[in-house]
Amino acid sequence: MARAEPIPSGPEPVTLELHRYVSPKTFYPLAGRLIPWFGGLTALLLAVGLYYALFIAPPDYQQGESVRIMFIHVPAAWMSMFVYVVMAGAGAVGLVWNAKLAEVLARSCAPIGAWFTVLALATGSLWGKPMWGTWWAWDARITSELILLFLYLGVMALQSAIDDPKRAARAAAILALVGVVNIPIIHFSVEWWNTLHQPASVTRIGRPSIHISLLIPLLLMAVAFMLYFVTVVLLRMRNEILERERHSAWVTELIQSADAEPAPPAAGNRPRGVAG
Amino acid sequence: MSWRDFFAMGGYGFYVWTSYLLAAVVLALNVILPLRARKTVRARLRAYYRFNRQSR
Repeated sequence: MARAEPIPSGPEPVTLELHRYVSPKTFYPLAGRLIPWFGGLTALLLAVGLYYALFIAPPDYQQGESVRIMFIHVPAAWMSMFVYVVMAGAGAVGLVWNAKLAEVLARSCAPIGAWFTVLALATGSLWGKPMWGTWWAWDARITSELILLFLYLGVMALQSAIDDPKRAARAAAILALVGVVNIPIIHFSVEWWNTLHQPASVTRIGRPSIHISLLIPLLLMAVAFMLYFVTVVLLRMRNEILERERHSAWVTELIQSADAEPAPPAAGNRPRGVAG
Repeated sequence: MSWRDFFAMGGYGFYVWTSYLLAAVVLALNVILPLRARKTVRARLRAYYRFNRQSR
């Protein structure tokens, strides 16, 4: 009765109610359950999309069979911009609400977006050579997409250069947010400047646009790329969470319970200088 | 259409297939890299906790 209970340490500061539900601890197992589903859907959509792209879609009346490069190039380019917006948005949420999971998301987006950008640039080059007769041109669309790659690389460099994850996330988020200005430039570059790159043929309204027989495989591949992104960003986020939450009780328990199963290492394998 | 025609891609075979191959490499890489990172992160954390336990 008289024994004084230890004063419970106050709850961690919760700046937003949502914070509680998107805590790394609840997200980690949720992501683990979602990954097989998104992975399976990705494989399915990719199979159907590739079948349409390579076998069903007719050759273009101007570009012939080379138009099949579009089914890789355009979804990759779309994803390069989409992932950037997600990364900058997550960075902003991390800045404003100090949300750890948003920082983890931003950090996980960067390398994936950079890879999509590389794929868009490389396939664009492979399409440009037979169609325009050149691998590369300093035209507005291509140059702004290259700047996007440099923005991704800059964000990744900041993330890895600063040891404190919080400060790293903040610095990277500010750069990512400044770089958002490049996204509309990429999108409208083919309209604002007279470029070598062809104008958009999917999003324009009231003008001759892409034929349905080419649109269907394009959209299938775009959905496949989107599902793929969700799959691999979840994979990366789980790794980031383990790393960042290593001081928390639940990660300690998770890793140690997995560690307890194999036979303990022989005494000689212990780190030197550490008495048992 | 024969398989030979299919791989020739109307003379654009090199450009088309290199594009698809690159896509396959990029997509595979972004699955393999995080799966490998998962192993190394877990191994590093196991060693970290083991060390902390022993030095306590």
